[in-house]
Amino acid sequence: MTHLDGNALAGALAELFLGDMTLATGTCAGCGDEAELARAMVYADAPGLVVRCSRCGDVLMTVVRSPADTRVSMPGITILTLLR
Amino acid sequence: MGIFTRGFTGRAREQNPNLPPGQFLTEGFPVLSAGPTPRIDTATWEFTISTGAGAVQRWNWDEFMALPSEEIATDIHCVTRWSKLGTTWRGVSLDTLFAGVETTNEYTMVHSYGGYTTNVPLEDLTGGKAWVAFEFDGEPLAPEHGGPARLLVPHLYFWKSAKWVRGIETTSDDDPGFWEQNGYHLYGDPWREQRYS
Repeated sequence: MTHLDGNALAGALAELFLGDMTLATGTCAGCGDEAELARAMVYADAPGLVVRCSRCGDVLMTVVRSPADTRVSMPGITILTLLR
Repeated sequence: MGIFTRGFTGRAREQNPNLPPGQFLTEGFPVLSAGPTPRIDTATWEFTISTGAGAVQRWNWDEFMALPSEEIATDIHCVTRWSKLGTTWRGVSLDTLFAGVETTNEYTMVHSYGGYTTNVPLEDLTGGKAWVAFEFDGEPLAPEHGGPARLLVPHLYFWKSAKWVRGIETTSDDDPGFWEQNGYHLYGDPWREQRYS
């Protein structure tokens, strides 16, 4: 199974957040790595987008889009930082 | 003439009574995964069933392959809207695997190599409705499809048929698994189109 890079998140997250969220820095709850979301690994051939830490592989975030809504879960991000 | 033929073919497909609502036929076998494909050596593979008080049943690959297996012909339905009809598998019935297990728990959490989880009520795993499958279409199950062994619960959306299955834990509550925590339905019946929570 191959994955895309975190830039694949730009469209989905633009529906939820102002600005380009792929430039936001996430701190991985698993290994503590701090990296821009654009550097994460995104598994898109799945029922939703699965975003994994590029260092330890833990799940940082999922994005599930139904016809009615978009649901973002961030089980593996302790701090999400986006510069103003 | 060709245009009309293509149109009518499409309508007939959509009206196939074996297709749950909102599903489309595929002749291929799409590969979906929430992460990298784990490569599991059958020399180290094991499958366990636990009831919350430690492992009560444990099989290594040789022990698992020595169990009676059966051929399963079934349709499968993915929540991403593809269905594949008339697939053929070989696997060990969960009835066989649960034969020596006593529990008052009514739910299960299925665990996979790689960390994936999904929840299934125990009654949906027993009674000839679920298997641990190790062959697809007469061949050993390929890693990208969950090999060496995956859960097969074909009456539910296919995210419940966990790839790379390594164990089942019975639970007292219907706790959500990976996709169920992140927006998908707790049960996932394709005929009732239970896609999202």
